[in-house]
Amino acid sequence: MTTGNPPARPGADLPDHPSFLWRNPDPAPSYDVVIVGGGGHGLATAYYLATVHGITNVAVLEKGWLAGGNMARNTTIIRSNYLWDESSGIYEHALKLWEGLEEELGYPILFDQRGVLNLAHSLQDVRDSVRRVNANRLNGIDAEWLDADGVKEVCPIINVSSDVRYPVLGATYQPRAGIAKHDYVAWGFASAADRLGVDLIQHCEVTGIETSGGRVTGVNTTRGRIGAGKVALCASGHSSELAAMAGIELPVQSHPLQALVSELLEPVHPTVVMSNAVHVYVSQAHKGELVMGAGIDSYNGYGQRGSFHIIERQMSAALELFPIFSRAHLLRTWAGIVDVSPDASPIIGLTPVDGLYLNCGWGTGGFKATPGVGDCFAHTIANDKPHPYNEPFTLERFTTGALVDEHGAAAVAH
Amino acid sequence: MQLIPCPWCGPREEVEFHYGGQAHVAYPAEPAELSDEEWASFVFFRDNPRGPFAERWSHAAGCRRWFNAVRDTRSYELLAVYRPDQERPVTT
Repeated sequence: MTTGNPPARPGADLPDHPSFLWRNPDPAPSYDVVIVGGGGHGLATAYYLATVHGITNVAVLEKGWLAGGNMARNTTIIRSNYLWDESSGIYEHALKLWEGLEEELGYPILFDQRGVLNLAHSLQDVRDSVRRVNANRLNGIDAEWLDADGVKEVCPIINVSSDVRYPVLGATYQPRAGIAKHDYVAWGFASAADRLGVDLIQHCEVTGIETSGGRVTGVNTTRGRIGAGKVALCASGHSSELAAMAGIELPVQSHPLQALVSELLEPVHPTVVMSNAVHVYVSQAHKGELVMGAGIDSYNGYGQRGSFHIIERQMSAALELFPIFSRAHLLRTWAGIVDVSPDASPIIGLTPVDGLYLNCGWGTGGFKATPGVGDCFAHTIANDKPHPYNEPFTLERFTTGALVDEHGAAAVAH
Repeated sequence: MQLIPCPWCGPREEVEFHYGGQAHVAYPAEPAELSDEEWASFVFFRDNPRGPFAERWSHAAGCRRWFNAVRDTRSYELLAVYRPDQERPVTT
């Protein structure tokens, strides 16, 4: 019998696999804090629990893979030009954190403050927009009102002619707004949290929440029971199901929210454009795809896909605003499941169960809040008390009537 | 595009329909007697199941009549349609 050298392993000539950004640990029997949901909000919460509050005996449980849900599906727009004081408080807090995040995480997130235009197409739009600019300025947020010529100056490819169905009469402009690379944001938070000792546990679905005497004691998962001093829910579209495991009803409805990209194009679009009336929002990713989104599909849905007529409507809106896109090809469409609350504002805070904390109801606007909500939610968990920025966003507001009604006021319909 | 079987018109394209949310939510029998919690529940809280869901639809661009449907919110498959005065049918 002869033995020769074994044949070379396929790919043996390639360089070694790059080192992983985080460990992939098995769950420990218990943690001080278990965060359910390994998307942007869950990862950011874990990071700030570790850095600001020194709480590192923490697990983030993710039923799929890290940041594969809405964190991978949003249109990456970041802005803080909301109407009401409560909203501008938490979103501006987030924007300030975004401005230092790359340095803080030591990881490139491609945060690019290219500004956002929120177009006005009717006299009522104009009045609402100017009001929002004034409200933003009173809250120390950068905002300007631009007329149609001013819009054209910021974004030369917009059609501002008056002979279209919904002519552009002007826009609000927030120069500090922009976009970031959503995956990198998640990976930055994940690797930083991992380095600080947080266990990021993937493919671990929560199947039950254990309570004893009105206090949370742990979670049951597809990878066994995990004891927990505190449990924090960050599961967006699946929040209703999770909260029901602890006997809590939520006033949210889960809907598909679709988005799409074109093939790669030369840089043509210098900013972010959002239009409420014709309803589309468009930016161009760093790589060159046009990224577009619009409103939710009307029906409740958990399918991570929506109806094609929603896409058609969104494309026709985009074409009216940007005639040069008429030759662009649609490359991919997808949907995420968003949990929409009755007043289009999030629900962040304590629950009737001691040690169980809630972060949900962000609807279509959660990505832009990622560092802000991570910081505030971590504060809420660590101190068993809301941070001033999330104090208005209680579950009780639907009983007391103290709503934060951002429907239509938030510069985009939900 | 999905076809929705209107109980009066037969299958029509989804774009002709308007969604009305959870079905079988009755107006409170004694509205003056409701507590704040009960009002909140009636006004703001609706079921949000992953699976079969009884919901209202209106054939807005057709006969303009309302009807109820049981639809699976995972697959979006319509399991049954029925008139608003009928009980929710049993679906499996």
